[in-house]
Amino acid sequence: MAVTGAIEVVMPQMGVSVSEGTITKWLKQEGDQVEADEALLEISTDKVDTEVPSPASGVVSQILVQEGETVDVGTTLAVIGGEAGGPAAAPEPEAPEPATPEAVAEPSAVSSAEADVEAAPPPAAEPTPSDAQQDGKSFVSPVVARIAAEHGVNVSSVTGTGRGGRVTKKDILKFIESGPPAAPPAPPKEEAPAPAPAPAPAPVEAAPVEAPAAPAAPPPEPVPAMAGAGEILEPMTAMRRGIAEHMRRSLDTSAHVTTVFEVDMSKVVAIRNKLKPEYERSYGVNPTYLAFISRATIEAIKNWPWVNGEIRGEQIVRKQYVNLGIAVALEGGKGLIVPVIKNAEALNLLGLGRAIADVADRARNKKLTPDDVQGGSFTITNPGGWGAIIGTPIISQPQVAILDVEALVKRPVVVQDDRGSDVIAIRSMMNLCLSYDHRLVDGAYGAQFMKELRENLETWDEVSY
Amino acid sequence: MPERTYLQAISDGLRQEMRRDKRVFVIGEDVGVYGGAFKVTLGFQEEFGSWRVIDSPLSETAIIGSCTGAAIMGMRPVAEMQFADFISCAWDQLVTVAAKQRFRAGTPIPIVVRLPSGGGFSGGPFHSQNPESSFAHIPGLKVVCPATPEDAKGLLVSAIEDPNPVLYFEHKHLYRRIKAEVPDERYTIPFGKARVHREGEDVTVVTWGAMVYTADDAAKELEGDGISVEILDLRTIIPWDKQAVLESAQKTSKVLVLHEDTRTGGFGAEIAATIAEEAFEHLDAPIVRITAPDSPVPFSPQLEKAYIPQVEGVAAGLRELAEY
Repeated sequence: MAVTGAIEVVMPQMGVSVSEGTITKWLKQEGDQVEADEALLEISTDKVDTEVPSPASGVVSQILVQEGETVDVGTTLAVIGGEAGGPAAAPEPEAPEPATPEAVAEPSAVSSAEADVEAAPPPAAEPTPSDAQQDGKSFVSPVVARIAAEHGVNVSSVTGTGRGGRVTKKDILKFIESGPPAAPPAPPKEEAPAPAPAPAPAPVEAAPVEAPAAPAAPPPEPVPAMAGAGEILEPMTAMRRGIAEHMRRSLDTSAHVTTVFEVDMSKVVAIRNKLKPEYERSYGVNPTYLAFISRATIEAIKNWPWVNGEIRGEQIVRKQYVNLGIAVALEGGKGLIVPVIKNAEALNLLGLGRAIADVADRARNKKLTPDDVQGGSFTITNPGGWGAIIGTPIISQPQVAILDVEALVKRPVVVQDDRGSDVIAIRSMMNLCLSYDHRLVDGAYGAQFMKELRENLETWDEVSY
Repeated sequence: MPERTYLQAISDGLRQEMRRDKRVFVIGEDVGVYGGAFKVTLGFQEEFGSWRVIDSPLSETAIIGSCTGAAIMGMRPVAEMQFADFISCAWDQLVTVAAKQRFRAGTPIPIVVRLPSGGGFSGGPFHSQNPESSFAHIPGLKVVCPATPEDAKGLLVSAIEDPNPVLYFEHKHLYRRIKAEVPDERYTIPFGKARVHREGEDVTVVTWGAMVYTADDAAKELEGDGISVEILDLRTIIPWDKQAVLESAQKTSKVLVLHEDTRTGGFGAEIAATIAEEAFEHLDAPIVRITAPDSPVPFSPQLEKAYIPQVEGVAAGLRELAEY
């Protein structure tokens, strides 16, 4: 049935730790017709870049957040259907029951329970008065912008009384008159550095002399970075900010230790050479070394579950599943994304090969869904493809370990021949490096996990794997 | 000071100037024996004679053409269009000849064209228009739109003194409805100087002519709700008091432009554009126009009421702007 009420599209929750997202592109414009589940816009968060599907069919009546803007999760981005100019939907005239006054006052009243169900936006989409207020606040009139710049006031700290909570000229003048709450005093002029050619709001000292009663400086905004000679500034993407924050936080959280094991991959190489044509012919799947290593790792985790665990508060969490994160580098150094293969313990070599190819492909084509990057329990990263031989990866929180797969190289190694004599042989060797959280995983535990992983690879059991 | 109606003030001002200056004469349809369609020149022919109060043929072209010629010869003609609407017949003489004469030949053309204008009494599409913006667009013409009796007299005297063709729009609806104290003695009111009809803090209304009173009634309505409205009466729209408008816009940051003329290309658009250009950083809300719709003036009283901006509509517009 047709949607009778206005449906709000909100910034989706893209991960437990994700609190905001950036609109990268609107795929529909105001006035365009959109079908339910049709891609409506593209967003970028520190976890994924993805398309957001429309929660309902109808006409895009309002776009409230423009491309390039970053807003909190839950912020209303657009309105589908209803009357243009306001998210509120009038009750349908032919509603069987006369609308009660309460129903009329309800911001998103729809005509019937049925419509309510069908047109229901995602769970986080509950429209609240504060949503509307935030939307209204985002418009800053020319006079308010000018006064804010002259007085160095952050408009978002002013309470708005205008339409939709907009900050009016009177609001900001009143705010300046009464002074911002608990603002730190302006730094003494002598200590001020040489005037930077920053386009930031003029500091209080630079205010015209006619305004000696200017209020104390507002809470300091981050100082904009300046490019020196021969330097070029570029803005940080949401993904880069997310990675930066996460990497720092992980080092601050976990006691990182890395152990390196040398693995003879000769048997795996031989088996892979045999399976590859068959897998590609029969299934269209390339049995990559990563698939072999993933399979062997999952098998080792069965006996060493803390490697796949988590410290949650005072508790140790042991997981009966392996949600395997695979780090995928994006082209051009644009960052990296870690899609998660859920319940990887249930997949055999073929299944893992297929799953890895699928998530890697979707990661590079921005087709991952929020679910695809959440809930990992163990991560594998694979810089060996570029020739790396040793790495000390940083753990993806709240996991406790990450396996670094290094380059597969042929090296002369000492092995025993059939008669037990030492000989030098050419073998396909690979280093596997495990970074683990020493709070949970002791050195012996970690080494035994790695020992089993190595054995799984060196004595690859074609039948059970 | 004696009280005068708007119409009496015009009549008094004109009579005074005719007594004072022999070059001033009146010409128009039925202005002499009949005393004018609205009786502005009642008794003038008796006092000044038929050579200075001339009943013209029914030809606006002839009226303006003869005024232009007389002005070139040193006279100070005051022409009356029976209704402002009929000035379209004289467009060529006024726009092509009179407005350009100074530019082409250096000859001043000190003529005044009195234009009974405006609606509100079921005059229909030929007897109710406010064509001021058409002439505001013509370089070489001045456009005057008095709202009060005092201004009506002072601005008429200034118009007669002015060396350029001046279109003097006198609003018919104000003729006998508006009464106020008017000085007996001769005085002038300068062109291009707006009058603060009402001081306020929250919203500015820029208007002229009869709409000053509509705005005033609306402002009174809003006063009870604590919304303080400033009303600027432009008095003359060519030249117009840009400075006063910008100052008021800076003060209230919210401006509503109100006129009885139609919307598209109306003079309100010029004012709104100027504010946007020169006071953009002082605005706290979009500039709002309230005008007649782009339609001929309807005859039906109900339709005409819907057509001409009314107090309720202006009050609603002001309230919306105040709450923006």
